[in-house]
Amino acid sequence: MDSATSDQTSKPGQHLAPTITRSVKVLVVGAFGVGKTTLIGAVSEIEPLRTEEMITTASVGVDPVDGLQGKTTTTVAMDFGRVTLSPEMALYLFGTPGQRRFWDLWSGLADGAVGALVMIDTRHLEDSFEVLDQLELRTKTPFAVVVNQFPDAPKYPAERLRAALDLLPQTPIVVCDARDRTSAVNALITLVEHALTFPMFQKVLA
Amino acid sequence: MTEEYRDHPVRSYVLTSGRAHPTRNTLRPETLLVAVDGRAVPATLSRPQRELLRLCRGTLALAEAAAYLAMPVSLVAVMVSDLVDTGHLTIRSNHQAHVLPPRDVLEKVLDGLRNL
Ligand SMILES: Nc1nc2c(ncn2[C@@H]2O[C@H](COP(=O)(O)OP(=O)(O)O)[C@@H](O)[C@H]2O)c(=O)[nH]1
Ligand SMILES: [Mg+2]
Repeated sequence: MDSATSDQTSKPGQHLAPTITRSVKVLVVGAFGVGKTTLIGAVSEIEPLRTEEMITTASVGVDPVDGLQGKTTTTVAMDFGRVTLSPEMALYLFGTPGQRRFWDLWSGLADGAVGALVMIDTRHLEDSFEVLDQLELRTKTPFAVVVNQFPDAPKYPAERLRAALDLLPQTPIVVCDARDRTSAVNALITLVEHALTFPMFQKVLA
Repeated sequence: MTEEYRDHPVRSYVLTSGRAHPTRNTLRPETLLVAVDGRAVPATLSRPQRELLRLCRGTLALAEAAAYLAMPVSLVAVMVSDLVDTGHLTIRSNHQAHVLPPRDVLEKVLDGLRNL
């Protein structure tokens, strides 16, 4: 490690306030290029950061050439940002690719999350099928679908999207400009409101 | 260590004494860390461990420390675990194994977002 690298690790201004004692997180999942990092950057009080995580994935006959059976180790990048919500609490936003082969990474990430924003681009709806399947079948994580409205993308009424994506009637669909902070925060508010409707949060006992 | 083991993951693995998993499974990327004030940093600590303690002079999440150290979160988690054991680092946010955070936390998140 050279001195330039060492200097970069000294970021006193990046510390949370000393009163912060609690952190929560939201996942931002979706295909490459859908706007995850853009949305995170719009909300974050720090420049989005990136970490690499090593993951072991099942390789189902993907690479017969290398003669390896069963498992391969690869790295996956995770972009994230943070925003202070109160003197006690900070929210972290973790962006991850949603494909099944990254499941090991983001199933661990989903643990303890407030919920997930599933970002979609209406030009490539099929890219989100796998993410939605994984979330519905394998987690209890509440999620909202965020349509990142690119200028040249077709605009569909919410109910057509709901049908095309086979979403439950209660799953929120929010149209968003990921570059706009108010718009991105609004998507997060919709997600948390949705999470609060989950049966486990209802005060009436069954 | 011979020349062929020079790639980053293997080196980090060695730095963490060959353990690939943290002793505590309560560490998550958003877990908040802060160095214990006034503890002398022993010379026996590895360079990344000392860097980690220096970064944590103020509160940071595990993922932030990992990003600044340019190391995978899982490997920094191992270092954090060791430094918590030796009393140099404390974990600020107390995570239970909840699928979802409790209702009062969600309500505070909502209030916080509405006030942004
Ligand atoms: N016009 C427009 N461009 C966007 C929007 N969100 C993201 N982009 C652009 O789309 C590209 C991919 O976005 P990025 O956030 O890196 O996607 P990621 O791979 O999901 O993290 C970037 O060049 C962004 O500037 C948006 O809401 N509107
Ligand atoms: Mg990105």
